[in-house]
Amino acid sequence: MTRKNVSQIRFLNNKGETVNVNVFDIIGPVMIGPSSSHTAGAVRLGRVVNKLIDDRPLKKLEITLSGSFAKTYKGHGTDRALLAGIMGYKSYSPEIRDAHEIAKKRGIDYSFLKENIKGAHPNTARIQYFLEDGTDGMMQGASIGGGNILVQRINGMNVDFNGENTTILVMHEDKPGVIASVTNMMHWEYEDLNISNFHLSRQEKGGEAIMTIEIDGLPPETIVDEIRGIEHVKNAILIKRV
Amino acid sequence: MLKYNSVNELAIEAEKRGITISELAIEDQAESMEISPLELYEKMEVNFEVMKQSVSEGMKKDQKSMSGLTGGEGYLMNSYAQNSGGGLCGDFLSKAIAKALAVAGCNASMGRIVAAPTAGSCGILPGCLVSLYEDRNFDEKTLIMSMFTAGAVGMVIANRASIAGAEGGCQAECGSAAAMAAAALVEVMGGTPSACADACAMALSNQMGLVCDPVAGLVEIPCIKRNVSGLVIAFSCADMALAGIKAKIPCDECIDAMKEVGDAMASTLKETAGGGLATTPTGIKLKEKVFDE
Repeated sequence: MTRKNVSQIRFLNNKGETVNVNVFDIIGPVMIGPSSSHTAGAVRLGRVVNKLIDDRPLKKLEITLSGSFAKTYKGHGTDRALLAGIMGYKSYSPEIRDAHEIAKKRGIDYSFLKENIKGAHPNTARIQYFLEDGTDGMMQGASIGGGNILVQRINGMNVDFNGENTTILVMHEDKPGVIASVTNMMHWEYEDLNISNFHLSRQEKGGEAIMTIEIDGLPPETIVDEIRGIEHVKNAILIKRV
Repeated sequence: MLKYNSVNELAIEAEKRGITISELAIEDQAESMEISPLELYEKMEVNFEVMKQSVSEGMKKDQKSMSGLTGGEGYLMNSYAQNSGGGLCGDFLSKAIAKALAVAGCNASMGRIVAAPTAGSCGILPGCLVSLYEDRNFDEKTLIMSMFTAGAVGMVIANRASIAGAEGGCQAECGSAAAMAAAALVEVMGGTPSACADACAMALSNQMGLVCDPVAGLVEIPCIKRNVSGLVIAFSCADMALAGIKAKIPCDECIDAMKEVGDAMASTLKETAGGGLATTPTGIKLKEKVFDE
């Protein structure tokens, strides 16, 4: 195996670290109103699902709103924001306002449910998606203020990431050595890649498991294919800053 | 690299080097973000462009919020300013008021805005700067540069206190926005960095204690009109500083006081819609109207 040239790795900022408040955190972001938590943050939660779907045709959505999201979604356009994010729009896309119409035009059968998800943050959404190819999945996350989000569950398993850093999700079988295979490959192939956070969750021993790997900087897209090629790995998804 | 934990230090450093706060900030941000000053300027230029668009978008006659509780305020105020020869405030200020209303209304109707520093207080800085551009023919480059001064002041407030209504009440949102705008206004008028700091201090003092009490929890009532008071405070404090009036309490101490007041504020008055205007009989009726349909 040959090590890839370090210069192929693009970093988000100077040292691949999370930067402190900068001038554009204050004068910015450019966003669709009215609320950073109930609108912009909701778009970002939707965008996590968009990454999970990965361009496969979407058939049906069941979106559960909890807490303040359930109470005030209409006035804040939280429903439109979530839909727009799932369809790939960004928190500054003017299309957010017309998300219902766009989803209908795309033939997506969507519904919103109000339910108090026990123990969840006040601004929580649970999104279940069903694809044309027969697969389905779910994501649960919270908008925790100022447009910041926390993704807490994917496919029934606990995860923990905020969509600020580059995150790699690895869905795999719970077998000995899979974590080592993935992290060894990452270190060997991309020597400058630094893991800043790691979280593992599984449904049951020997069952389906998910690794949440947050890394400094931005690796080349090819890293996902390389992880997918590892034995017992079912899928890998790269989520850049959403 | 600058730490952005004191407005006073920013002013002293800028004066020592004979430059403006914006020049100091853009140089520092370029270094810490590893982006050239020109690229930073161009990014800010995009923000100014969006601000101008939010003004015209929100000025439309049929502008209406998602909830239907508010809408058309910018249009009404602008028409009044034109038809009444400027009303009581005079042509320039009444048109600036219309612009602040327009941008805050644009936000409430799911239009595109620049959070400055937040979505709820997004009308104040554009209300001030777009007015100078459109109605007083100020040089666009000077106005865009002054947004770095506004940003630098906002960073200090964020580091020392808070810019979130949920943490510090409206004083942290519209109060911060007015302080940021006041500093920017002094700079575009050619005032010294320490006059910028004075304007900032006076703007913060004038909104000390303002609670965040949105009706139905929506960024509409009273938020849209509080953008107007923020704008008027920014203009008046900038003019006072330019006239040579000093802030008696230094800016950094005002920020600390704002934090102390915010910490002492009941949680019902910090964006929870649990008190103030939100729980008046009419506030509750409006809430029911929006959510019980």
